[in-house]
Amino acid sequence: MREMVKMVIILTALSTLSGGLLAALKSRTQERIDSQVLEFVKGPAIRTILNKVSNDPIADRFTIKKGDIKETFFVGKVDGKPSLLAFEASGTGFGGPVGMMVGINVDTGKIIGTEVTTHNETPGVGANVENDTAFVGQFAGLPVNSKETVTKDGGKITAMSGATITSRAVCAAVTRAGEIYEKMKPEIEEKLKSFSG
Amino acid sequence: MAKTITQEFVKGLWEEIPPFRLVLGLCPTLAVTKSMENGIGMGLATAFVLVCSNILVSSLRSIIPPKIRIACYIIIIATFVTVVQLLMQAYTYPLYLTLGIFIPLIVVNCIVLGRAEAFASKNSVIMSAADGLGIGVGFTLALGTLGAVRELFGTGAIMGHAVFGPSYHPFTIMVQAPGAFICLGLMLCLMNLVGNK
Repeated sequence: MREMVKMVIILTALSTLSGGLLAALKSRTQERIDSQVLEFVKGPAIRTILNKVSNDPIADRFTIKKGDIKETFFVGKVDGKPSLLAFEASGTGFGGPVGMMVGINVDTGKIIGTEVTTHNETPGVGANVENDTAFVGQFAGLPVNSKETVTKDGGKITAMSGATITSRAVCAAVTRAGEIYEKMKPEIEEKLKSFSG
Repeated sequence: MAKTITQEFVKGLWEEIPPFRLVLGLCPTLAVTKSMENGIGMGLATAFVLVCSNILVSSLRSIIPPKIRIACYIIIIATFVTVVQLLMQAYTYPLYLTLGIFIPLIVVNCIVLGRAEAFASKNSVIMSAADGLGIGVGFTLALGTLGAVRELFGTGAIMGHAVFGPSYHPFTIMVQAPGAFICLGLMLCLMNLVGNK
């Protein structure tokens, strides 16, 4: 009986110490890990969309929480003015969510560019969305608050051949981005003020 | 027969070099040695876990009840592996992405548990540290060499720097799975040839 108690005590103590150590380390490194993930996962897409800006959009970011939506916005400055914004939205594709980084011009209210960030689509079919710049490029210049759909559904976006579901997911993601932008517009404008100058 | 600290350290570099002499830890050895950088990164991560777990197992060897020793070792090892994983995410994110699942899998690497059970649970803290360091450095050397050979023949480069020049036609199989087996086999053969003289 004594041996049993000893075993329980030692395992419990060891697990507690281990858990405590890891929790402490996790909270210490969390911020750095987040910024690393942003840099290497979303970074390339952000830098492609906001390619002519004078600042570092990953450093100049802000997060807005409204209702149950939490969104991080990346600010791009042109001639010292924070007029470009990039943020992520997703639509449901064939293999799960398709994440799209959408860049918009705050002054004109138009989309300046879109890039796929994450997806789990079928290789060779929907996964082509990753490199299909002609398809993804169709959104540039469209107004941010309009609802985008593929031609099959009566919209003006030409779907990728053989990948209608993925194409719809991309349209849904861009539409969703527009909704998020409209919903958070007052907060965004408020936040952007602190980046000017 | 008591050995000196130096002897304990040196044995891991040749006499008991893990993948070649003990033929242990083959899963990471085969899987991550596509390039020298990956091999060294994996080796160093394992070495860190080995040294830390050896020290802790050795210092707790008198209070860990024999019946639950394996469970205790696993908790200790898993803790250090998670530490490595968090640190890699925070400071070397690209390497973390390429090593991927093989970092958490260090927990089940039989070298680490093997040293805890066979050495650290029976020897003093300093000896165990020397043993862990020796085996860890040996593992790093082995993975680095294997990675260098595969990278050199498979891509014509070492650490990303071209060695053979543009006219070299890459021996692509070397950076694929069969190349790992071929290369490991040849290296084992070479080690035996040299070692048996």
